[in-house]
Amino acid sequence: MVKTMIKNENTMKNIVQSSQNVGEESIIINDQNKNTVFGTKNFNLWYGDHHALRDINLDIKENDVTAIIGPSGCGKSTYIKALNRMVELVPIVKTNGVINYRDRNIFEAQYEVEELRTKVGMVFQKPNPFPKSIYDNIAYGPRIHGIKNKKVLDEIVEKSLRGAAIWDEVKDRLNQNAYGLSGGQQQRICIARCLAIEPDVILMDEPTSALDPISTLKVEELVQELKDNYSIIIVTHNMQQAARISDKTAFFLNGEVVEFDNTDKIFSTPTDQRTEDYISGRFG
Amino acid sequence: MRYIDDTVIMKRMKTRLNKNRGWKALFFTGTLFALLCLVILLVRIVSQGFGYLDWDFLTNFASRFPERAGIKAALIGSIYMMSIVAPVSIILGVATAIYLEEYAKKNKLSDFIRMNISNLAGVPSIVFGLLGLTIFVRSLALGKSLLAAGFTMSLLILPVIIVAAQEAIRAVPQEQREASYGMGATKWQTITRVVLPAAIPGILTGSILALSRAIGETAPLVVIGIPVILQFLPDSPFSEFTALPMQIYDWAKRPQEEFLYVASAGIIILMIFLVIMNSIAVFIRNKFQKRY
Repeated sequence: MVKTMIKNENTMKNIVQSSQNVGEESIIINDQNKNTVFGTKNFNLWYGDHHALRDINLDIKENDVTAIIGPSGCGKSTYIKALNRMVELVPIVKTNGVINYRDRNIFEAQYEVEELRTKVGMVFQKPNPFPKSIYDNIAYGPRIHGIKNKKVLDEIVEKSLRGAAIWDEVKDRLNQNAYGLSGGQQQRICIARCLAIEPDVILMDEPTSALDPISTLKVEELVQELKDNYSIIIVTHNMQQAARISDKTAFFLNGEVVEFDNTDKIFSTPTDQRTEDYISGRFG
Repeated sequence: MRYIDDTVIMKRMKTRLNKNRGWKALFFTGTLFALLCLVILLVRIVSQGFGYLDWDFLTNFASRFPERAGIKAALIGSIYMMSIVAPVSIILGVATAIYLEEYAKKNKLSDFIRMNISNLAGVPSIVFGLLGLTIFVRSLALGKSLLAAGFTMSLLILPVIIVAAQEAIRAVPQEQREASYGMGATKWQTITRVVLPAAIPGILTGSILALSRAIGETAPLVVIGIPVILQFLPDSPFSEFTALPMQIYDWAKRPQEEFLYVASAGIIILMIFLVIMNSIAVFIRNKFQKRY
């Protein structure tokens, strides 16, 4: 406990320093060069009568790691699942408002959900590999999109596993069942499986909450490497994790966005009192 | 102050343990009763029928004389009938289960349909016999043919297969579907590549158990009017035939005592059939069942 607090304090110091070094201006300039991947405008979502998301307005930029934090039940998972329309698997969900993916409303009637999900991959809370071989797990995505050539598949599998930093651990047992791997390895297999469809955005719904600290660290390092090529949106209720790995942080509370800003700003000088209370551990 | 008093606990301990023993004895007696009935049945059947069981019994047609009577027509007839029942009922049943579990929206109508399918599984077989008589034998003019009987039996076991397949499909974790949908797979791709491979052991187990019920059913065949004494084998799906339970029923009701033993021999054959099918079901379940 004491150790984490010290560590926490150090992180905070680093953040404060880095924010002083970088300065507000450069960040704003930086932002203007970046395209918006997801533009959310006045988005509302209901589970039956429960109003789970209220008037969400968020612009998520290209090649950023955007963290979404907040207490349980604040709507952060619901929001990320709205981005690839996974919420539609729940029959009682109703939505209104707009979420634009690359300037096109994903709730448009003509927008095929399969097309969206090919561009917007997802990694889930609990590692959920298929009960198939490691190879077949990674090749699943390319295969459903019609790639049959064994050579191409081999290359995709290797590239994806390397991308997820797990190639060296599994290259000799690609034909073994993915269930034989540890939880942390399974989660990286799931990330590799997601990379195999060559997405533009990767959504991560508390990807480390079922993992031990070492596996968590590996996934976090991986996120840092992936951000050069992908836009990553990660839901976490571990605030240190958000501080460590993200560029932007959105704080959700009771279905609303309380604050959305650069991560160092959120963790050093938040504007809203509720944000400050939450990140300093006074509730949640 | 403590709310739990050790002396009270010790005082009640003995009654609690005795109660536990009492219930255990009752449940054990229940199990024993079922086992005993089974053993008596088996001993009786085998001791009566074993003498009549030989190669001739399998290769002879029915006869007026007990020692020449054989089961060939009934055995082959049953096998032919099952080769109609199996594909028809499994394809229809699995398709229905997939639709209800994966495609149908959850609303009042689909709930009503689900409830009625479960109820159909409990409808007496003779009612299905009457249905088969009206639709297949008369309206579609199939007569007392293999097809008519096969379709009737398929209807009879369809609800059982649908319910078993629904259970198996529902047992596939939702996270598996989410993983597939999350990569842009269509519903059909998800069903064929993720849901069905995981559900097939359960579906097959349920189907085989349902099929073994169809082999033993007599009432629908009686209502359709399947003949009992046939001296030829069916040569097409439209020809008349007879089946194992019909043949056994006919032998059992004859006045000569010897025919009772012939019936027992027939029952042994039928039971061997059932044991083989159930063993296959158990084998499939143990071998292919996946754990998440």
